[in-house]
This record gives sequence, C-alpha cells and structure tokens, in this order.
Amino acid sequence: MNLEAFLTEVKSRFPGASFEQAGQDWVLRVPAAEWEAVAGYLAGHGPRFDYLSSLTAVDRGDRLELVLHLRALAAGERLTVKTDLNREQPEVASVTGIWKTANWHEREVYDLFGVVFRGHPKLRRILLAEDFEGHPLRKDYVDPRRRKVEGQA
Amino acid sequence: MDLIHAPFVPGVIQTTVDQVINWSRKSSLWYMLYGIACCSIEMMATGASRYDFDRFGLIYRGSPRQSDLMLVTGNVNLKMAKVLKQLYDQMAEPKWVIAVGSCAVSGGPFRGSYNMVDGVDQVVPVDVYLPGCPPRPEALLDAVLKLQRKIMRPQRQGVAS
Repeated sequence: MNLEAFLTEVKSRFPGASFEQAGQDWVLRVPAAEWEAVAGYLAGHGPRFDYLSSLTAVDRGDRLELVLHLRALAAGERLTVKTDLNREQPEVASVTGIWKTANWHEREVYDLFGVVFRGHPKLRRILLAEDFEGHPLRKDYVDPRRRKVEGQA
Repeated sequence: MDLIHAPFVPGVIQTTVDQVINWSRKSSLWYMLYGIACCSIEMMATGASRYDFDRFGLIYRGSPRQSDLMLVTGNVNLKMAKVLKQLYDQMAEPKWVIAVGSCAVSGGPFRGSYNMVDGVDQVVPVDVYLPGCPPRPEALLDAVLKLQRKIMRPQRQGVAS
C-alpha cells in the first residue's frame, strides 16, 4: 500500500483532513480538534508511523502552525502533519501517549511558543528559566531588556 | 667602619608579608573545572600537557570551595547566570574571574538575544577580559600571566602591563 492510498484512507476516516505533495514529501493537514485522533491512527495503521522525528511550531502571524514530522521505520515512509492553532489561545491535545519522544518536543513548543498541550504529563519550561516571562519565538514578543535605539522600530 | 655592618644575613631574603602572601596566591591559582561552551575546549587544551597550566601553578578543582579562579569559558544565558553567580558566591575569598572569549566578555554573536547575558561582568566582577572566538591557549596563558601580575601589584589594578 503506497502512502497516497493510505492518506486517502485517512481522509475518508477524518473528513476534516486534507493532503498534498510538497516535493518528495507528503503533507497531511488536520483540524486541531482531530490532532490526537489522527496521530493515533497514523501510528497504528497502514505503514505505522512509529517514530516521531520532530514536533515544532511556526508563527504565521495570524495563526500558529504545529508541524509534526513522522517516520515509519519498517516501511521506510515519512510524513509531515500540520495543524493550525488559534494564536490567542493555542491549545491542542498532547501526543505523548502515542510517541514518548513528544514529551520534550511539546515542552519546547510550550516554552518558546506558548502552546498548551492538554494531557501532557509535565508541561513546564524546558530551555528557558522557570521565571522567564513570555514566549520569545512568537513574532509579537518584545524583549524587555532590549535597548531602544533611536530610529529603530 | 661601615655605617651598616653586614646588614643582610647570607641566604635570607627580606620582603614584606604582603609580597609573600601575594606571591603564594598567584603561584597556586587553582581554577574551577567549569566549562559552559566551546571556549572550554581551549581551556582543556591549555590544561593538557602541550600547554600545561601546571607550569603556572594552575590546577583544576572540582569544587568551587577549593577554587581561587573562575574561568568563564562561554556564553552565559539567563538560566545559567543564576548558577554561575551561586558558584561564584561559593568560592572562598580571595577569588578572581577571567572572562574567556567574546561571549563572556560582551555577549559576542549572541549579544542582544532574548535569553543571553551581554557579558558576564553583569553577573560577577571580572578581573581579566580575554577576547577571541575562541582565544588560543597562548592567549589564555597570557591572560593568566596578566592576572598573576595584577595579584602581585594590587595597588596598580587596571593597568594592563
């Protein structure tokens, strides 16, 4: 079963999902509400995406995009899964129950972007100090320590 | 007859207590084994046999309580700054600090970053600033020699040579 056929099957099961080919990779877009359900399905069916390569986020200005890179080691397939989150209150279900690796990845996304992962076992900052205020990789983050230079925005 | 007859006993050196104390301090600068970034690799190279810190009385210690010298060998982020300050406070007086490399001197390429300290002198007092990215072992040895000169002549602090 090739990946495209499997993704068609995923789409029929989760109507909110869509997929496209970007270069050599397949990108699956899902609604945030189905994030964990789709992840669980990908891990257990078809090529079985058993390896979480990375989980990160991108600030698109009007929304936060969550990006998940998966690999199916036995089948030799790889897949990118994306979802859009509300920028004001970014919240999504944790996938730590599916891939243990997601634990630190989600903590990093929480630390730098402020995405709250529901059901995460220990969601606290991982890179920055505990008392750090704000989420610095968001485009609207302003460093309070930054010196103001005249004529500079 | 001479006014002062045989003023010095042969084999005895006369000096001041301060001089002796300073001499002993500069001759056994035990540094804390504490590396926080890539400049630590140069510190290790300087400590190893080719450059040999031991020649100058520098021996690494695993505990801040036994250390006289802190080599800040890398970029200090806000999280590490608290640890660094605590380690510095744990060192017994007298104690000295060398800021090794551009990051420790001024923040280096990370200057102005949201999580970085722009120069370790914002956290602890620095005795010798050693620029370089990273400074070579010879430069680190030179910084140590400058510090030793500073220890011997505390009244001339701030004078480079």
